[in-house]
Amino acid sequence: MVMVRPGDGDGDESKGDTMVRAKQPREGSTARSGKRAYPPVALHDVDDLRMMLLMRRFEDAAAEGYSKAKIGGFLHLDNGQEAAALGTIGLLRDDDYIVTHYRDHGHALARGVEPERIMAELYGKATGVCAGKGGSMHLFDAKRNFMGGYAIVTGHLPIACGLGLAMKYQGRDSVVLCIFGDGAVNEGEWHESLNLAAVWKLPVLFLCLNNEYAMGTAIATTSAVTNIADRSAAYGIATARCDGMDLWDTRAAMDKATVHIRSGKGPYALEAMTYRFRGHSMADPEFYRTKQEVSERREAADPIELVRGRLEEAGLIDAAAYDRMVAEVNQQVEECVRFAEESPDPEPGELYTDIYAGIAGTGVPGPAIDLGRGA
Amino acid sequence: MAEITFREALRSTLIDQFRKDERYFMMGEDIGAYGGSYAVTRGMLEEFGDRRIMDTPIAESVIMGAGIGAAMAGLRPIVEVMTINFSLLALDQVVNVASCVRYMSGGQVQAPLLIRMATGGGRQLAATHSHSLEGWYAHLPGLKVVTPSNPYDAAGMLRAAMREDDPVLFVEHAALYPGKGEVPEEPYEVPLGKANVVREGKDVTVVCWSRGVGLGQEAATQLERDGISAEIIDVRSMRPFDLDTIVTSVKKTGRAVVVEDDWRFGGFAGEVAALISEHAFDYLDAPVRRVAAEDVPAPYNRLLEQASMPNETKIVNTVKAMI
Repeated sequence: MVMVRPGDGDGDESKGDTMVRAKQPREGSTARSGKRAYPPVALHDVDDLRMMLLMRRFEDAAAEGYSKAKIGGFLHLDNGQEAAALGTIGLLRDDDYIVTHYRDHGHALARGVEPERIMAELYGKATGVCAGKGGSMHLFDAKRNFMGGYAIVTGHLPIACGLGLAMKYQGRDSVVLCIFGDGAVNEGEWHESLNLAAVWKLPVLFLCLNNEYAMGTAIATTSAVTNIADRSAAYGIATARCDGMDLWDTRAAMDKATVHIRSGKGPYALEAMTYRFRGHSMADPEFYRTKQEVSERREAADPIELVRGRLEEAGLIDAAAYDRMVAEVNQQVEECVRFAEESPDPEPGELYTDIYAGIAGTGVPGPAIDLGRGA
Repeated sequence: MAEITFREALRSTLIDQFRKDERYFMMGEDIGAYGGSYAVTRGMLEEFGDRRIMDTPIAESVIMGAGIGAAMAGLRPIVEVMTINFSLLALDQVVNVASCVRYMSGGQVQAPLLIRMATGGGRQLAATHSHSLEGWYAHLPGLKVVTPSNPYDAAGMLRAAMREDDPVLFVEHAALYPGKGEVPEEPYEVPLGKANVVREGKDVTVVCWSRGVGLGQEAATQLERDGISAEIIDVRSMRPFDLDTIVTSVKKTGRAVVVEDDWRFGGFAGEVAALISEHAFDYLDAPVRRVAAEDVPAPYNRLLEQASMPNETKIVNTVKAMI
């Protein structure tokens, strides 16, 4: 189902039928009925199943922490979108870069960031990846080139262009993976960024996770052209759509995209068709879709069930091994939660650190730290 | 020591730094083939090529964000925004990324980019091209904002700003570009965050920056004829902000006037006045006064525009009313 649309300088791939195929309905369920041609499963697919279970269970545990008011702010969970994340991020090299949006826990996990440090960040603790200063929506792990979750919709696309520009300037063949949702494509920065990346041939992979809803607004309500791959192609960018509920389809699309970018042909726009099983955030009452819709979609295409099914068919795991894996992942997440709960809050003095490199404090006169507590 | 223009001081410093360190490159609208809308970058495309002098689309947000991203990856980008008014289209990137990414990432990521832009009115460009908005940026923890008033400081502060590990907004008042001053030929730095007493006096402290410094000096000359001795302090750097130099002066003179090209209500001058009141209240013989732009959108008509802006006469009258 990978459909590559030829962009500027991309002369290969199937030109003729892309428009027709791109307009077909989503095909998540056909994969499970066995119509899709798959590569043979491999041992590393077992690791990917474990990672997807970790991503799923991590989010459920975060929801529990949020319900107990141990996690503050907003909390955006990624359930259902695991294959789209792992099928792309999992194929990156260590010297590639990632910038993503605020639904970022799973993306950090897929990049190999320590789960307990992510959970500690959600809890706002000193042991968190950002020392408790960023929170759920702003995860960073610079040593893994995980350059941030960004919570202003589309605000990180220009950043991705800059990272890509730096790669090109330094003669590196790294890819910058830039992840955003379907709600991002009507912001001016989406258009500015695709145009700049195209005209400067920047090594940026624009990955749109199209889960059909921008918060609670269906994409057809806000966009005359709902095919984001088509829209991207208008900028002279090579594009494709893939089934983001299908790990193998996503991987195949990701592979083509990265080969394209590393060969110096410029940016690539990949639209992964996906669906989130939870609300936009924990504050979402989900008035805009029915419970039936969610359960039907989940029944039709749960990305974890697809991987589990193929591994069982191939004899790489059986029911007992799967149950054992689930128990181990649950245990691992429990330990993450314990680590987060037992970790200390940041010291009060941390309030005034990490503002500038060269000078202490905030650069202007101010009173001594007063946390507003009674004497 | 040669006498050169403010524009030439910037240009020669940029060129010198570009020759020494390949991490520097510049992005902006019409900085290359056109030569820069204020001619600061004239000739740089010819010397450094389009890899390092990059003409961009008219798309301020992605220009700014690309500068931030490239800085995160270890380069030293310079982003030229044609005027501070256009920078509003990139405000999201400055406010929500550049100024807070170090903090939000717990110190893991820095964005050492230099943002240059022209500011200020006086050329009959009306309300979309004449405002002085640098005070808005000085509001942001995590960003440094500097406002040199003369060629010597322009060159020295630009050299210092280009070596900063933090994002720096370098504000160039358009009326200052043709102004001349003495600038040494050997490289030097003027540290950011240090105010400068440009004229000593004993009766009143005039706090000013950018174009306001010339107004303050002219006002001091006029006040001297009436036997009033004004001390002129060039703030130079809005953030980090050197309060000590100002407080030391006010403790000596007992009076303070703050001059700025931005609107009076809610402006940076109000912040300076508040700080003087907090830190030198017992030394004040009169309330701190402000000479700022009138609280109106910049008008087109020449007479109306001149009336809306601070000038030396307004400073002189304000000082006289305090003594």
